[in-house]
Amino acid sequence: MRRYVPFAIIALVGLLTVGVATAVYRAKMHRPKPPVSASAASPSPGISPSAVPAEAKEDENIHARGPQNAPVTMEVYGDFQCPSCAIATGMIDELEKEYSGKLRVIFRQFPLAMHQHAVKAAMAAEAAGLQGHFWEMHDMLYKNQPVWSKASDPSAFFGAYAESLGLDGGQFALDAKSPEVQARIISEGDAGVARGVKNTPTIFVDGVEVLNAFRREVLQQAIEGALAQKKKG
Amino acid sequence: MARPRPSRILSWTIAIVALLGLADATFLTVAHLTGDDAVCGSAIGCSEVLGSPYAEIRGIPTAAFGAVAYFTVFGLAILAAFGYARMRGPLVAVVVLMFTASLYFLYLQGFVLHAFCPFCLFSAALTFLLAGLLLAFPAKG
Repeated sequence: MRRYVPFAIIALVGLLTVGVATAVYRAKMHRPKPPVSASAASPSPGISPSAVPAEAKEDENIHARGPQNAPVTMEVYGDFQCPSCAIATGMIDELEKEYSGKLRVIFRQFPLAMHQHAVKAAMAAEAAGLQGHFWEMHDMLYKNQPVWSKASDPSAFFGAYAESLGLDGGQFALDAKSPEVQARIISEGDAGVARGVKNTPTIFVDGVEVLNAFRREVLQQAIEGALAQKKKG
Repeated sequence: MARPRPSRILSWTIAIVALLGLADATFLTVAHLTGDDAVCGSAIGCSEVLGSPYAEIRGIPTAAFGAVAYFTVFGLAILAAFGYARMRGPLVAVVVLMFTASLYFLYLQGFVLHAFCPFCLFSAALTFLLAGLLLAFPAKG
């Protein structure tokens, strides 16, 4: 009888591990759906990154910085509550200055469901964008991320940022809750998932995903590569 | 009263360490599968490591391989603790593999990603502890 005991222990631990892991997985995947597409937070594995250049997908609501005819386009899928995104933003700002006139940066919303205030922050940025100040709010949200991300309700912070940017506070508050703004974020998140975006920041340079993109030299290399490619072509 | 043999105590210790590793690796696996790269709270570095291309191999989370390895070590150690012979060889083989993988992942974190994930470091520490315990494991008995 005793010789079966170790096998019983091993089987028990195995079953417990699989059971607990499955329960936690299911619980996380069935959390109340955030305004943003749940698929953005639980990416579908195996989707290969799209090689379609950003230009092909541009629409009038796009958040872009830099000349439209810049030889290189960098698309950043970001989440305002993601610490790595805040770091990447600093690097991208430097690169924008270094490659002034040659680089166009497009920001795409990809708020992850596990970041409590990411959707609210995305909506605040979009609301500011409706008054022509998306990038100012974008910079402010990342700069002050350690402050508002710890608040139980960051709306007051976002309102104060809007005020400091000289926005119409009432309109901002309305837009920051509007279903249209929410729909835009959902659609951008879904488009990201369809391109294989799983985490943030995910960066594409001329439609090709840059791996290890949180390192400045890697991003710079990608830009240089794209520029060299353009010169050849 | 018969005192437990040192090898038995060692086997139980290895099993407990492997169990901790199994919990850690399972947690990281679930976190990866659910896209939850914020498992380390606001610790900078977690997202870089857990969201990096090295966090999965052919679509399978790297942590899942760790979980299987820890479970194997746990199983072998339990068998050894209950007096099953010839468990040291397989244990050494698995732990050597885990040790090598841990060194590689530490290299990736330190020199490629330039970011560290506390849960990954904890796993590496457990693997090194397992290797140390195995060195103390008597070759016979």
